[in-house]
Amino acid sequence: MSQTRRNDVGLMYLARKWLGRIPILGVAAIVLLALAVPVLPLADPLHIDVAHHLAPPSLAHPLGQDEYGRDVLSRLLWGARVSLSVAAGSAALACAAGVLLGLVGGFWRGAAEFLTLRSMDIVLCFPPLLLALLVVTLLGPGAGTLIPVLAVLYLPGFVRVVYAGALAVRAQDYVEAAHAIGARPARIMLRTILPNIAGPVLVQVSLTAAAAVVLESGLSFLGLGVVPPAPSWGLMIGAARATMTQAPLLLLWPCAALSLTILAMNALCDALRDLVAGGR
Amino acid sequence: MSWLLRRLLTSAALIWVVASIVFLAIRLVPGDPAELLLSQGGMAPDPAAVAELHAQLGLDRPVLIQYADSLRRLAIGDLGRSLQDDSPVAAEIARRLPRTLELIAAAALLAVLLGIPAGLLAATGRDGAFDRAASFVAALAMAVPVFVVGTLLVLLFAQMLHLVPAGGYVPLAQDPLRHLELLTMPALTIALGLAAAVFRMTRAAVLDEQRRDHVRTAWAKGLSPRRVLLRHVLRNALMPVVTVLALHLGTLLGGTVLVEYVFNYPGLSGLLVEAVNARDYPEVQGVVLVISVLFVALNLAVDLLYAVLDPRVRHA
Repeated sequence: MSQTRRNDVGLMYLARKWLGRIPILGVAAIVLLALAVPVLPLADPLHIDVAHHLAPPSLAHPLGQDEYGRDVLSRLLWGARVSLSVAAGSAALACAAGVLLGLVGGFWRGAAEFLTLRSMDIVLCFPPLLLALLVVTLLGPGAGTLIPVLAVLYLPGFVRVVYAGALAVRAQDYVEAAHAIGARPARIMLRTILPNIAGPVLVQVSLTAAAAVVLESGLSFLGLGVVPPAPSWGLMIGAARATMTQAPLLLLWPCAALSLTILAMNALCDALRDLVAGGR
Repeated sequence: MSWLLRRLLTSAALIWVVASIVFLAIRLVPGDPAELLLSQGGMAPDPAAVAELHAQLGLDRPVLIQYADSLRRLAIGDLGRSLQDDSPVAAEIARRLPRTLELIAAAALLAVLLGIPAGLLAATGRDGAFDRAASFVAALAMAVPVFVVGTLLVLLFAQMLHLVPAGGYVPLAQDPLRHLELLTMPALTIALGLAAAVFRMTRAAVLDEQRRDHVRTAWAKGLSPRRVLLRHVLRNALMPVVTVLALHLGTLLGGTVLVEYVFNYPGLSGLLVEAVNARDYPEVQGVVLVISVLFVALNLAVDLLYAVLDPRVRHA
């Protein structure tokens, strides 16, 4: 795959070398920005100023003001925090539970294998957005509902990756050796098998986080994800639709922020996947 | 034949489990579901209304009887009544399902028409200008969420250029031209992301197929490039593409929710959003159940198609 082409020298080479780093730098920049939001000198994202509603960009409000006169830049950055924490929370939860179930299924086989894999098939029977909507109907919207629901939706991916990895690794001599020296099953699973399948799991984490950002924004766009007045990109896009003829910029900012974030995360996923595949 | 029988039984079991989960979900919620559904905006609901909803949802009877009753009614196609206007849920779903299916079919058609030729072209001119440009556009199309694409299309073509209406629906029998006009924008919105997936898959499959021995033989026989590409390369490369497309279509059954909302298209998913907002549980239950059953059926159909196309699957 990575054959060097003869014309791949000089400027082209440099361009590729640096372009290759954009996803990592981009995701890092977005995450840092989201972490730094509370200490940045930003306007209050919830402060309403009806007199200046839909005001164009100004010195005090670099990206303008929304339909309630709230500062758009501040809402955009606080929105990044909400989106990324929902994504990170659900990916971490799905990863932890998925690693556990996958290891147990792949290590003990038999009934454990049947139960974990078949129960994941059931989750996969529901189109993702639908299962989320079913739960939201019952429990009401909000980040507290969203994170566990997304975690359940993305659980099958982790279980399958870990299960497949565990099956491949458990036949290796070093696992046999760990058995022979009398290591307990929990130790073999976590200390011997898990480190050897960390690569694919990491790729799955990145894929899950990117998918979670998309799903969270979609649900918030429908008004069924993050609850107003908390800022979220999906909510901002949904709200800006009503005023898109008067203030198209209001619609474009969150659309651009969301799309660039997902673009960077997708590119990071691809880069990680290549890295893991190349390391084999 | 035992492969087929096993596959059918698995699907039937999955559908039964799905129905049970949709039935049980309302009972797994902590607290009284009726009270939960009625208490909008944090106001404590009226006890009389709660009791009435209990009777309506059948929550006042023992769980096992409720369960048996709901399965019995499911078997005869009764999905209960809407909490909003007391109309039968099944009838409303039957009215809206064809619209959603039409939207998905139109999107799939557009995606195939865009994605497969582009993928073939990109693979034959690998690393050329077209390949790079198309790969970039595809990465972009996969990154932009479907509701953003839809909203931006509305902003550009409906609000600023006034070329098309912003959304809506007219039955085919009433005005065929207008029907197609209104179908174009939502179908295109879905098709863009789908075409990107089809493009990537086609490109990868064609690149893979080109290296095979039978293709080299075809070239050695002196066949025309056109014949080699279309009859020998593309024909074999389409197998994985069709599978991926079919699986994507399954996800779309639930994924049209956002697009239908953006374009105000009165399909099945639009009904779902209305029902969720009104916390109309029987209606949500019905739609989720119908779509999930279709989803399972579609996966079964893909497997069967695969077995017909490739006999090795049947003996695996």
